[in-house]
Amino acid sequence: MSFFSDFLLLRQEISLMAVFLVLFMYDILSSGRGKAYFHLVACALFGLHTALGFLPAESGSAFGGMYVTSPLTALMKNILSIGTFVVLMQASRWLRVSGKQGEFYVIILSTLLGMNFMVSAGSFMLLYIGIEMASLPMACLAAFDKYKEKSAEAGVKYILLAALSSGIMLFGLSFLYGATGSMYFANMQSLIDAAPIAVLGFVLFFVGLAFKISVVPFHLWTADVYEGAPTSVTAYLSVVSKGAAVFALVFTLWQVFGAISEVWHHLLWGLSLVTIVLGNLFAIGQKDIKRFFAFSSISQAGFILLGVMGGTEQGMTATVYFVLVYLFSNLAAFGVISAVENESGRTDIAAYNGLFRSNPKLTFVMTLAVFSLAGIPPFAGFFSKFFIFAAAAEQGEYLLVFLALINTVISLFYYLLVIRAMFINPAEESAVGKIRSGGYIRLSLALCTAGILLVGLLSGIYEYVGGISFGI
Amino acid sequence: MNILSAFVVVPLAMLLMLFVCRRTSQIRAIMVAGASALVALAAVLAALFVQQRAVSPDEMLFVSDLVWYKSLNIHYTVGVDGISVLMLALSAIIVFTGVFSSWHMPREYFMWYCLLAIGVFGFFISIDLFTMFLFYEVALIPMYLLIGVWGTGRKEYSAMKLTLMLMAGSAFLLVGILGIYFTSGATSMSMLELAKQHIPMLHQYWIFPATFLGFGVLGALFPFHTWSPDGHASAPTAVSMLHAGVLMKLGGYGCFRVAIGLMPEAAHELSWIFLILTGISVVYGALSAVVQTDLKYINAYSSVSHCGLVLFAILMLNRTAMTGAVLQMLSHGLMTALFFALIGLIYGRTHTRDIREMGGLMKVMPFAAVCYVIAGLASLGLPFLSGFVAEMTVFVGAFQHTDTFHRVLTIVATCSIVITAVYILRTVGKILYGPVQDEHHLHLSDAAWYERISAVGLIIFIAMLGMFPYGVSELISQSLEPIIARLM
Repeated sequence: MSFFSDFLLLRQEISLMAVFLVLFMYDILSSGRGKAYFHLVACALFGLHTALGFLPAESGSAFGGMYVTSPLTALMKNILSIGTFVVLMQASRWLRVSGKQGEFYVIILSTLLGMNFMVSAGSFMLLYIGIEMASLPMACLAAFDKYKEKSAEAGVKYILLAALSSGIMLFGLSFLYGATGSMYFANMQSLIDAAPIAVLGFVLFFVGLAFKISVVPFHLWTADVYEGAPTSVTAYLSVVSKGAAVFALVFTLWQVFGAISEVWHHLLWGLSLVTIVLGNLFAIGQKDIKRFFAFSSISQAGFILLGVMGGTEQGMTATVYFVLVYLFSNLAAFGVISAVENESGRTDIAAYNGLFRSNPKLTFVMTLAVFSLAGIPPFAGFFSKFFIFAAAAEQGEYLLVFLALINTVISLFYYLLVIRAMFINPAEESAVGKIRSGGYIRLSLALCTAGILLVGLLSGIYEYVGGISFGI
Repeated sequence: MNILSAFVVVPLAMLLMLFVCRRTSQIRAIMVAGASALVALAAVLAALFVQQRAVSPDEMLFVSDLVWYKSLNIHYTVGVDGISVLMLALSAIIVFTGVFSSWHMPREYFMWYCLLAIGVFGFFISIDLFTMFLFYEVALIPMYLLIGVWGTGRKEYSAMKLTLMLMAGSAFLLVGILGIYFTSGATSMSMLELAKQHIPMLHQYWIFPATFLGFGVLGALFPFHTWSPDGHASAPTAVSMLHAGVLMKLGGYGCFRVAIGLMPEAAHELSWIFLILTGISVVYGALSAVVQTDLKYINAYSSVSHCGLVLFAILMLNRTAMTGAVLQMLSHGLMTALFFALIGLIYGRTHTRDIREMGGLMKVMPFAAVCYVIAGLASLGLPFLSGFVAEMTVFVGAFQHTDTFHRVLTIVATCSIVITAVYILRTVGKILYGPVQDEHHLHLSDAAWYERISAVGLIIFIAMLGMFPYGVSELISQSLEPIIARLM
């Protein structure tokens, strides 16, 4: 009995696994005509999996504490699933053109499975396996357009740096094991103190995760990989992959390193500021919209750290909420980028000149996305930023909040450059014409728009996250 | 539904209706109907308020409270006192006249215009700091597109400068608001509740300057006023009207209600720094207006000077001066809107705003020219027009301080009256009288009917405020009671 109930705790992973297997078999067994429905079936199955995730979740742990689940982890996995769902829909047209649907789904779902384990890990062992499971196939995704030089380059860059960072992380974990004699979060919690060996272990472990979140100075891969990878993969990397790493970071910091919060408080103080500032400064000069959003996502990562820094319940709520809002905003932007790229093959910002006159609806979505990312009310981004700042201010970090706020003004400057391109700049001769985007992209954009408009105004979502969050 | 929320709901409904409508006649119908509804609402509210005031001793009336984010004590709380009622009325009048001054604009323009209106009205009805800040930012962002897309001249530069400077101001503001909430230990962000709490002096020393500066940027506080001339000069007519007429008042109103209202001790201690800055604003703005040759720049600098006077009066921290400050907000709002409406009208016909290229317009377009003279006279403080009442009250209030510092500053600020006369009379003389400079100007038409509505509407209110100021100043002075009590 207990064996089965253990498995029931894993129901999100199991249903994901089932989707994964069905699609895998479908791809192998179906012939030309059957393949026509592949995308529909994939989206439907995955949508079902996402919906099932919202069934009420119970808390518990399985496999001797290796795997832990709670309503909060279920929510985090749901957030990741929603993000993946949107990415799958946005990828439809690109996949149909490239004609390699099966691999894409299999790979992307296996990374998602890894991320689910990252979130639910109760031990560093499972966490590490999850991270590897998420990052190795990710390199395949980045190199998915393998005949394009940039995509192949992105794949290589990602795999090399991911391997390096996971090596560093493993090194850190070995120190932590040496310091505490355990890999289980529950045991380590009480054993960790500010001894040099534990602090060293922590710092090395943090570097590994910081790479995934693309925190400065571990961000150097971000712009190149984002630019080279296919747009849908970039969207996935910037939202889902980053989100999973943030969740894993929050859990480990709260559950394992709570006793040395003094140490990481100062570390995060500095890193969040540097991340925000550098991300902003580099974003200003970008000509390519994918690189632009790469730097914008780095600066957003800095804001996330601001919420993580305090280690409070309010901080955790704000962080999870921020990721949710960031997901909708960023994916809305990437949806528009995909639509424009599919139509014209262009990803430079100049392609957006005069977009308002040719494609008012896409411009509308992009405007909402950009304003939400910049933190302008009444869009969700304003609320998520405000809560992050409130969480930091609660700790008395007024100076940091102020510096971050000044940076939101800088970020507004470059976000407005996109707005300016769309609304004010005259269209070029070779401008993008009227885009007829497919049903999938429209649906995904509608979902994101609803998210941007409603998540902030409906306070229930935040209250729900707040109800299941916890402090150190 | 609370009558106050209607001020937000009406522009929101207009915005949503604009999404569906495409025909020009439909758009105009929506805008005129909605703007009229807002004016009517403001009138009804004023009447109800006077009635209620007589029986209720509460600081804020028509209060309604809706819990929004429970765990953070964020509420949607609305309520008004006499000052907010007047500000709402001013905003409604200017939104109304602004619609007529932008008669030929496309649908998207009006959509952003409605969003701007939502922000402005929402700001004046809010008494919860979070909601107030939210609406404040809602009002800022449409400006970028309104100026950037439909503006003239160096519009992209101006739009960007304006947006970034105001957002930088709001960065100060947000830190200040978080500081107020967390250091006061209050259990809500409502200003009524916060006013009862005491913020530790140590924190007041940084929160007061932060909030005052944050709102002061919007109130064109020297040296953070530089967005204002460029912004106003590049903006389309109705946006200049709304911006100088209402949006800059958000700054003054916020300084008064948040910075001074919640931190009276720090206001006493630190007012001298800002008094010097506002003194500079008043004189420097007026002097700059004297040397400008672009009609819009003249008025923009004149706005800097007049809005400087608002902040100057608020910082005098006594009842008479503060009453004068609110009167000045109303008066300046009305007359600047009139100025910008007329400048838009003239520019639309002559295609130049350079006063050296114009002359003798009185013969060509007598209606517009007479209105311009009236606006000018109101601006330089002619009795029986609104400017006189406001400036008189301000200076009387300022002179109640007997120490040298305040005396000297007051005398310096009073000089601005003379300088104002210089630039107003110079402009009027140059463009309206004398020979016609350009023979093409001889064939220009006078104001069209919709432009007349806009101008006449504003003049009526300017004259009313000038001739019957008693009721209004009584209303203001009554509403100042709680703040004055805290300041003493």
